[in-house]
Order: sequence, then C-alpha cells, then structure tokens
Amino acid sequence: MASNEKVDVLIIGSGASGAAVAWSLAETKMRILCLEQGDWIKPTDFPSNGRDWEARRYTDFDISPNRRGRDTDYPINDDNSLMKIANFNGVGGGTVIYTAHWPRMHPSDFRVKSLDGVADDWPVDYWALEKFYEENDRMMGVSGLAGDPGVPPRHPPMPPIGLGKTGARYAQAMNRLGWHWWPSDTTIATTDYEGRGACINLGHCTPGCAQGAKASTDITYWPLALRAGVELRTRCRVREITTDEHGMAAGAIYYDADGVEQFQPAEVVILACNGVGTPRLLLNSASSRFPDGLANSSGLVGKNLMLHPWPIVSGYVEETLDGGRGPINCIWSKQFYETDPSRDFVRGYTLQFGRGTGPATQAMMGAASGLLPWGRNHHRHYRTMLDHRLSIGVACEDLPEEHNRVTLDPELKDSHGIPAPRVDYTISENTRRMMEHGIARAEEILTEAGATQIFASRTALNYPGHLLGTARMGTDPERSVVNEWGRCHDVKNLFIVDGSIWVTSGGVNPTSTIQALALYVADQMKQRLATLFD
Amino acid sequence: MQAAPETGLSEAEIHALGEIAGAMIPADAVLGMPAADDPAILADIARSLGRDLALVREALVAIAAKSRRPFAALDEEARDALVNEYYAQGGAAAVALGRVVLSAYYRDDRVLQALGHEPRPPFPKGYRLDQGDWTLLDPVRQRPSFWRDDRVTPTGSR
Ligand SMILES: Cc1cc2nc3c(=O)[nH]c(=O)nc-3n(C[C@H](O)[C@H](O)[C@H](O)COP(=O)(O)OP(=O)(O)OC[C@H]3O[C@@H](n4cnc5c(N)ncnc54)[C@H](O)[C@@H]3O)c2cc1C
Repeated sequence: MASNEKVDVLIIGSGASGAAVAWSLAETKMRILCLEQGDWIKPTDFPSNGRDWEARRYTDFDISPNRRGRDTDYPINDDNSLMKIANFNGVGGGTVIYTAHWPRMHPSDFRVKSLDGVADDWPVDYWALEKFYEENDRMMGVSGLAGDPGVPPRHPPMPPIGLGKTGARYAQAMNRLGWHWWPSDTTIATTDYEGRGACINLGHCTPGCAQGAKASTDITYWPLALRAGVELRTRCRVREITTDEHGMAAGAIYYDADGVEQFQPAEVVILACNGVGTPRLLLNSASSRFPDGLANSSGLVGKNLMLHPWPIVSGYVEETLDGGRGPINCIWSKQFYETDPSRDFVRGYTLQFGRGTGPATQAMMGAASGLLPWGRNHHRHYRTMLDHRLSIGVACEDLPEEHNRVTLDPELKDSHGIPAPRVDYTISENTRRMMEHGIARAEEILTEAGATQIFASRTALNYPGHLLGTARMGTDPERSVVNEWGRCHDVKNLFIVDGSIWVTSGGVNPTSTIQALALYVADQMKQRLATLFD
Repeated sequence: MQAAPETGLSEAEIHALGEIAGAMIPADAVLGMPAADDPAILADIARSLGRDLALVREALVAIAAKSRRPFAALDEEARDALVNEYYAQGGAAAVALGRVVLSAYYRDDRVLQALGHEPRPPFPKGYRLDQGDWTLLDPVRQRPSFWRDDRVTPTGSR
C-alpha cells in the first residue's frame, strides 16, 4: 500500500463542517489535508442551466444517493426507515444541494433536560456558540432582517429576500391570526457578496445555484482555506481510520481517484463525514483493540440518529403568486417553537413557508397528492395549481432514541467494496403528536389565506437531509462519544465536527449550528495546541 | 422485437407508451395544449427514460394487463378511469411513469407558452421577484421577544 507524507491534520469530508474547520485551522500554519470522496461541481453543471432542469432533480441531482447513483456516492440501506436519507457527496457536501434555510438553534435547545425534562442537555450552550454563529454568518453570507422577536439577536449582513406575492399572502393570514412570522434567514446572497453574485431568482435553489448566489462551502470557505495553504484531494474515499500501538489514530486508509489503496498518516484526524458517513467510518474502523468500532466504548456510535420529520401542508389560492420564480425560502414562524405545557407533547417546531415550484414539479406534486387527475380533467385542474401554490413545512424536533441508528449493512457495499450503512428509524409518539399539531396549525393558516385543495404530506414527500446525533457530545464517556470540545473520549487525537455530535436536534435546519460547532471545536483546538492530547 | 434508437424501448412498447401517455394527458384545443403522445413530446419521453426504463416497462405491462383488451380500444372514459386507478394504487412503476411523462410534457415549448411561461431554462436570465409590502411586518415588530432565554429561566422550572 502506498504511504504518503505525514500531515499534521487530516480532515475527512469537505462539506459544511469540514470546510469550516479547515479554514479556521489554516491560520495555525499546520500542514492540513482534506480527503473528499466526491468531485468539485462546476456551476455550469447545475440543472438550472438547461431545459431539463426539473427532470435532473430525479437523476444526477436527486437528493437520495441511492437514486442519484454517481460513482462518488455510496449506497445507504434505508428500507427500514420512513424517512429516507438525503445527502450530497462532493466538495461542499450537503451544502451543494441544500435549500439554504438558515435558522439557528434556540438557547432552550441546548437545555432540553433542564427546561423540559427530556433527553439530555448539551455540554455547550448557545452563548458559547454565539460568536461562532456570527463569524459563520459572515463567512457564508446571510440575508435576513434583524429584530425578530422569536429568536435571539443576530446581524445578517445582507437584506432579506423579497416577500413577493406569496410571502405577502402568508403574512396577511398570519397577521389576522395574530401569529408570529418573520422573513427567513438564508445563505442566498441578496446583494453581491464577497465575489458572489446576487440572487437572480432562478427559483431552483436546492439542486445547486448556477448563479453562485447560494452559499455552498465550495464557494465560501474552500477558496479561502486553499489560499491559506490547506490541501484538498478529491475522489479519495476513506475506508478506515487506523490506530497505533498506543491506541491513537495513526491516519487513514483510502482509495484514490484511480482506485489505488493509499495510507495517509496524520498527527490529528478530524471526521466531517456527516451523521451517517461518520458512524459508518468509525464502525468500519473496528480492530482488535477497538472491536466494536473506533471510539465506541460507550456503544453509542451510530445510535440516537435524528432526522427531523418534516410534514408539508399545501393548498392553492385563486391569486397568481410567485410560483417557482424565486427562492423557495420565504418566511418562518416561531409561534409554536418553545415548549408549551398545555400541549400533549414537549418541545416544538418551526413553520417554514415556501414559494411554488416549476411546471413539471407542480404536476408531479399534484399527481402524487391525488389532487391532479389524469385524463380529460387534467388541464383545467392543473391551471388552478401552477403558480397558485402555498406550502408550509413543519420542522419538527425529534428527540434522541437509541433504537434509531446507523449500523453496517451485512451485504450492501459501495463501489470500493466498503460496507455501506444501514439506517433503522421510527418516529416517536411525542414527535407524531407534534407533527399533527403542526399540520393542524398549517391547515388553519392556509385556510385563513384562502386556500383550497389543502393536502398534508406527512413524511413521504420531503426528506430534509438532516443527519444528526450518531456520535453525541457529552462529558460522560459512558454516555457520549466526544467530549465537550469534539475530541473522542477513547482516542485523544481523533475529533468529530459534523452533525453526528449533536445531543438533541432542535426544530430548525441544522447547518448554521453544525458550522458554528465546527468553528467552536477548531477554536478549542487552537487554544489547546500544546496540550491537545492530554 | 425491434428497438427504437436511443430509447431502450421497442417500437411496440413506444407505441403502447404513446397510447397511455395520450390518455394521461390528452390534447385540449381550447386551452391550446397538445397531448402527451404528440410526436415531439413522445420522442422526448422515450429519449429520457434513463434509469426509469425498467419501471416504465413494468408500468406498460401492468396497464396492459389491467385493460384486458387493447388499451386503444377502450373508450375515453374507460382509459381515464384506468390510468387514474392505476396511478392511485401507487408503487414505483406508476410513479416512474408519471414522472417521465410529466417531465417531458411540461418542458415542451408549446405547453409552456400556453401556460404563460417562457420556454427557457432559469439561468442565466432569472426572474423578477417583488419585494412585497414590508409594512405587513409592523404588528410583528411590536411584539416583545418570546424565545426562552435559558439565562433567566430557572433551571428545572418545568
Ligand atoms: C436536499 C437537502 C436540502 C437541505 N436543506 C438544508 C437547508 O435548507 N438548511 C440547512 O441548514 N440544512 C439543509 N440541509 C442539510 C445540510 O446539507 C447538512 O446539514 C450539512 O451539509 C451537513 O454538514 P456535515 O458537515 O455534517 O456533512 P456534509 O455536508 O454532508 O459533508 C460530508 C462530506 O463527507 C464526505 N465523505 C463522507 N464519507 C467519506 C469517506 N469515507 N471518505 C471521504 N469523504 C467522505 C461526503 O462526500 C461529503 O462531501 C439539506 C440537505 C439536503 C440533502
């Protein structure tokens, strides 16, 4: 096996967290290398460049790696999960195909046990992360409006996306109901920002932004990290982390772009492969010293997977709205976010209000909901839907449960023969009650907005790609995988910075918090460089 | 069986696909909509099957079995009922058939123009989005903040 020159820091995965940690550590002038299994994606590759833009959402830009099936993807057995796994494997990771919703966790999300008596408190709190949220907002470039009474103060550097006709329609209904709403924070640039062009309303943000207005880390953190001397090797798929005679991480074995097995030695290894890829890698790194997988003396590697069930409730009004001609990001509501003892569930959810979609997507959603008929009535009915759609996502917090987990599939393997992950996941009673509560509120809002043909898709249509909790943080080595600053309890030169270190999931899209945590861990490492392995 | 170029389907299968697609989305002269078995649209559907080829084939077989006699011999009402019933049963093959027909149909120039949409990709021209009426936010601005501040809520208060 070929062995490479030793590096100081080896980062595995170049997505949201891998990019942030690479950039932050670059100032130490250590030799830093990132191995990423996927490619750089060129803006000209994104679907919105071509007439087949909607169809490609179901082929090479599908959100499921199983259907997308690029050679840079790995398969995931999610048959035993109502929620399917969505991700992207390439430079930028999930941020290449995320929707760029940018809420933060609330302070109460880090104190779930103390405040609501469920799950566990985090070993860090909102206030420890606040300055990293702010730094990350500047780095990713956030558009939004200060002054929201529903969330702690924050300072988005760009103005919010326009309300448009769709946003105004929601806003009027919310004002009549007396419920909170605010323009959503988003990492879609509304002005030119650090070399990125302002949004021109392509309206097809999720499968990549051809304009470059959406902040994926390949165009935010990575150019700066590379300029600062970090090396990024693409098409390098890591099979396992090896350890030395002292039980420390020695480096990683990977397959390079030509499929050749390589060994990359390192002083420090940082995992940033997301809440499915990281436990997979740790479990694939079992050895005689670590028979249950690396860093797994707690037995919690892969357990407590949280995926955010996300019902979507839609309806149609007579007024012609924005349709798909603008970002789906519109407004949010925190009206039902914090725990309310009068409800039959603990914790809460964000309501996310979306714009419409393109013509083919509208037809597919209409047909899937059973509202759009085939045959002679198709055209007349379709005209009541296209550009008339309102839709509200209910972003539900799911709490950690050990039976929701990532393990290694006994049969399924990726193109290099590496065992693939298997996901077992069910939705708890508390979450189901929360979902129904949110669906009922969304139906009330849509009715108030004058919508008809109201339809609730409970889980089948939207898998948010939030992969959390499978190598949780904590101070107790028996109840957690990493400590309060991201270092594995069992292996003192192995760190994890991606969504797997989450203790609970909040009712928000996670990436701003994933990156704030990655910057926080990097900061902790920089402060402790002399004593990092003590 | 002779295969039609670039599609993976035989000529007979393309013919059957055309009959079914035409029943799923028939023409509407008043609204200016072509049918999904219009030659250009059908060719686009057949060309774009890609990873859905096997599932679409499965759908064709299932619909043929359901119709008991040649699909084209059914009257319009029976064809309507059959495709709606087949799709409503769900399953990967029905979804795939719907997806390939709709993806190709709703990118045809004539279809988009009849719907008031420009027949072009979103990039590079983009679209215009109104700012909307921001005074709608005034009542929300009046609200006191209501997120739980863990620094002031006593630990274990619930
Ligand atoms: C369709 C979709 C929409 C989303 N929308 C939003 C949104 O609006 N807002 C939001 O906050 N979040 C959103 N997300 C989630 C967001 O993308 C993730 O939270 C975020 O990217 C996770 O960051 P991460 O660093 O944990 O992992 P990722 O960004 O997933 O990065 C992991 C990287 O590791 C690489 N990797 C994995 N295993 C290996 C290996 N063995 N060897 C080498 N490389 C490896 C992968 O290729 C990948 O590039 C969305 C996700 C999807 C899929």
